[in-house]
Amino acid sequence: MTSPDGRTSGRGASRRRALSARAVFAGPGLLYATLFMTLPLLLILVYSFFTRGRFGGVVWEFTLDNYGRAFEPVYVKVFGTSIAIAAATTVLALLLGYPTAYAITRLSPRWRTVALILVVLPFWTNFLIRTYAWIILLNSEGPVNTALVDLGIIGAPLGLLYTPGAVIVGLLYAYLPLVVLPVYASLERVDRQLVEAASNLGASRTRAFFDVTLPLTLPGAMIGAIFVFVPSLGNFVVPELLGGGKTVMVGNLIRDQFLEARDWPFGSVIALFVVALLVVLFALQAYISRRINGRQVSRA
Amino acid sequence: MHRTISRAATVVAGAAAAALVLSACGGGSTEGADLDPDADLTQQSLTVSNWAGYYPEDLAAQFQAAVGTPMTITNHATNEEIMAKLTAGGDSGVDVAFVSGQFAQALNEAGLVEPINPEFVPNLKNLYPEAQELAYDPGNKFSVPYAWGTTGICYRSDVVDEPTSWNAILEPSDENKGKVTALATERWLMLPAQKALGLSANTTDEGEMEQVKEKLIAAKPGLLAYDDTTFYSRLVSGEANMVVAWDGWCNYGTAENPDIKFVVPEEGSDLWADTMVVLKTSENKEAAHAFINFILDPANHAWVAENILYKVPNAPAMEAVAGLAADYPNMGLTPADLLKQESLVDLGEAGPMYTEIATEVTSS
Repeated sequence: MTSPDGRTSGRGASRRRALSARAVFAGPGLLYATLFMTLPLLLILVYSFFTRGRFGGVVWEFTLDNYGRAFEPVYVKVFGTSIAIAAATTVLALLLGYPTAYAITRLSPRWRTVALILVVLPFWTNFLIRTYAWIILLNSEGPVNTALVDLGIIGAPLGLLYTPGAVIVGLLYAYLPLVVLPVYASLERVDRQLVEAASNLGASRTRAFFDVTLPLTLPGAMIGAIFVFVPSLGNFVVPELLGGGKTVMVGNLIRDQFLEARDWPFGSVIALFVVALLVVLFALQAYISRRINGRQVSRA
Repeated sequence: MHRTISRAATVVAGAAAAALVLSACGGGSTEGADLDPDADLTQQSLTVSNWAGYYPEDLAAQFQAAVGTPMTITNHATNEEIMAKLTAGGDSGVDVAFVSGQFAQALNEAGLVEPINPEFVPNLKNLYPEAQELAYDPGNKFSVPYAWGTTGICYRSDVVDEPTSWNAILEPSDENKGKVTALATERWLMLPAQKALGLSANTTDEGEMEQVKEKLIAAKPGLLAYDDTTFYSRLVSGEANMVVAWDGWCNYGTAENPDIKFVVPEEGSDLWADTMVVLKTSENKEAAHAFINFILDPANHAWVAENILYKVPNAPAMEAVAGLAADYPNMGLTPADLLKQESLVDLGEAGPMYTEIATEVTSS
């Protein structure tokens, strides 16, 4: 600041300082993400164009066959099943998670903390153990069926497990907190005065919710939806354990290509299709959020 | 091959590792290295990869006390996981790996394993003669069997009559519908249908595998689940009446309920073996051979039979634990009984076809 050309160079220097400060803070995270996300992604992109090595790995002979194979009916069907199951899980997670988050925002600050801890509490236990617990609960000789039979509500044990429905139940249980938290965060940010304004202008509570609160929290809900949809789509433990291996999802397919078939190139192709699907979803989320924000601005 | 309880969890790590590592499967010479009979084993160190829970917890300490070589044991959950590690190129750091026979065969064809030098493994004399006729490695040139057995039907003898055919699982009677399970791992998923159709468990013929596929798709609605890890406990709980099972695992059910019995269906079955191989990249080959020799000591080898309830191909070791057959009849299956079954070999280029059929069946 004491230099002859004072203001400009000072501003340049502080901007540089800000920039280097940002680099210091963002650098490690970015480096980590770049190294451990971009590189493996590039690797599977490369693998996808080459030929399967008999003992795993790839033989460096260029081919596009892997992409063609992905369109065989059996794989298209697996993709369809996966998307249907992940979508059903997501819709149910929103239907259950949104009201939960809404209710939490209405609690006193103290109970709000308790409720939020309860939401994440299941994460304190290993995912596999929690999934096995469902098997113990739901199997034909398990407590749920035994209790229902003993109470005379059903005559014979129900086949609750090893169905696509059981897979959805398991996924919903696993990922429900991932929709509650972002919806809660966006509900917290909604300016209560906007809702009051709507009421003052004669809107019913329902109308105020649907016209004010819901649109404002839609981006948060969509983030939650993606948080549920993405891991549901890739999960292979739940289909195996709760689906009894009778429901195959795209996660199982990728796992089997890498480890059972030792067909890395084809496994890479399927993995890339999943990545492409996710990119489309994120783009859609970003587009809708921007439209909602844009509408707010234009209304203002 | 069968210690896969944590399979689901560890395959994630396996897939990640597999995806991360650039692979180059180098072909190696089939010539064995010259082993030094005077090598100072205390100066070597040994890294062994085995299935978790498939060896005594203090094995490393026992070996070091007996031979003087410091030893580290790492665990793998599946054949596929250790294969990904060993075929990833470069030195995996593993000296001795435990893999199933057909995987040992694949490793040998990739030139990754060292020929076994019998002079350094005098305890090979303890192996049954039958254990040297296994199809994946006749003469045990590059692998030494650790445990062996077969696959059959494990059933509740107090609920159902003894099944005689694989069709008891594939075409269950009305009262058993939804009360039977099949194995999920490809080779054993196919096995019941292959044998019921009178085919080889190693067939690579597309027409034959088409028949297998049809039969398995038709069988799916009758199954409770595909299950590799908890099938015996389903028998204990009463959730299932009959399950496709590896002999040793059926014994875990028998241990909890003596009415749980094991039978090999009339159409025949497979003969599986888990083996020990020495990696070509090992710089401790003398110690590696000493380790295999140590395992083949009847006192050490009998541990597997006693604690894992798997049969071992070691004559004096099995004699020492002959009493087990009273409680676990399949422990009394003789080497001749086992040799009647078909030894599994590597499928080579037909591997992806099996995977594709497995996907078509389980997603049908």
